[in-house]
Amino acid sequence: MILKSLKLPRTQFERKTGWLLKPEGACKNDLCIPVNHMPIIENNGSGDNSDNDSDNVSESTWVDVGYLAEALNLALVEEPEVPIWALGPDSLGGKALSSARAPELVLPDLDGNEFRLSSLLGKKVLIYAWAPY
Amino acid sequence: MPVWQALREELKDQNFELVTVGLDSLGVEGCRSFIEAAKPTHPSLIDQHHQLANLFGVINIPSSIWVDENGMIVRPAEPAPAPPAKPGEKAPGVPGIELPSELPVRMKEMLTEAAKFNSDKESYHLALKDWVTLGAESKFAMSPTKVVSRSRPRSEAVAMGHAHFELAVQFEIDGLRDLAIKHFRKAHELVPDSWTFRRQAWSLERVGEGPLSRFWQGPNPESPEDWPYAGDWLKDVKEVGAENYSERFEP
Repeated sequence: MILKSLKLPRTQFERKTGWLLKPEGACKNDLCIPVNHMPIIENNGSGDNSDNDSDNVSESTWVDVGYLAEALNLALVEEPEVPIWALGPDSLGGKALSSARAPELVLPDLDGNEFRLSSLLGKKVLIYAWAPY
Repeated sequence: MPVWQALREELKDQNFELVTVGLDSLGVEGCRSFIEAAKPTHPSLIDQHHQLANLFGVINIPSSIWVDENGMIVRPAEPAPAPPAKPGEKAPGVPGIELPSELPVRMKEMLTEAAKFNSDKESYHLALKDWVTLGAESKFAMSPTKVVSRSRPRSEAVAMGHAHFELAVQFEIDGLRDLAIKHFRKAHELVPDSWTFRRQAWSLERVGEGPLSRFWQGPNPESPEDWPYAGDWLKDVKEVGAENYSERFEP
């Protein structure tokens, strides 16, 4: 996930990383990691990640990605020249998949129509990765 | 892809769907001619940021992931060879690409190496049909525990490599080539088993004109010193051995 600021709307963080912020900590699948304090920041208007997609800009609950990345051991890489950050996948369990449940995959087709993998629930699906190079 | 389209038509009445995903930082521009030539009737998607690498651990193309009716992965990312040609059928070329009659030496050498790649197409496609017919009863459908343990290793370093790759693609899109190269290099170093990360970066250093220019994937003979990466397609394939390029199909 590309970030232009380390402040992110909470819902966007939850949707993009799969980590849900609950009273008992940050939770993914059946695992909850206690985080010392829930890093909720009231939006003071200076965060600018809301242009990443269609999230509601007026959202008032934001999270501190730097703090969460450290607490949850997420890969966070900064390019100071720009500045811009990328939040990589987590490495929980040391495997690309932390669960056999297929993650939601949302991608456009040639015409920009959004496809969701979950729309094919009920069918057997073969996802075929190719590249023009 | 046309061969996959044909396979999809054959299997679609068994509650099966094919979803093809083109991984390319050039997005629609890179994928369009191939998709249009294949005329897909199934979802055919563009993955500009290589989400399939992050989410599923795809490290090479072509690869596949099998997902059952309940949304459970039953086989994690693995090489997906094209279906075996039917008797009398000529192996298809690449749609949208016409090979010139006289290929440069490097391209000839690349084709020679590529011809040595493993392809377990018979066993892979027998397994696929078995699963489509038998579902959970198929011996090729793995348990959730096996799916997770068979997925690619992801250390903290590998996760960092993915983040570097994401940055590189973003810089590529933003036209900041030097920064893109810097982060591609870091990604290659941290995720050494990803061919996609390497091929993506190499393909952006075009040599010549047209779609073939993206297949050169190595130093320009006129200015080899400008090549920004540690490896290149021919060098790396020879180093690992063409016969080891693609992992064998393991039931």
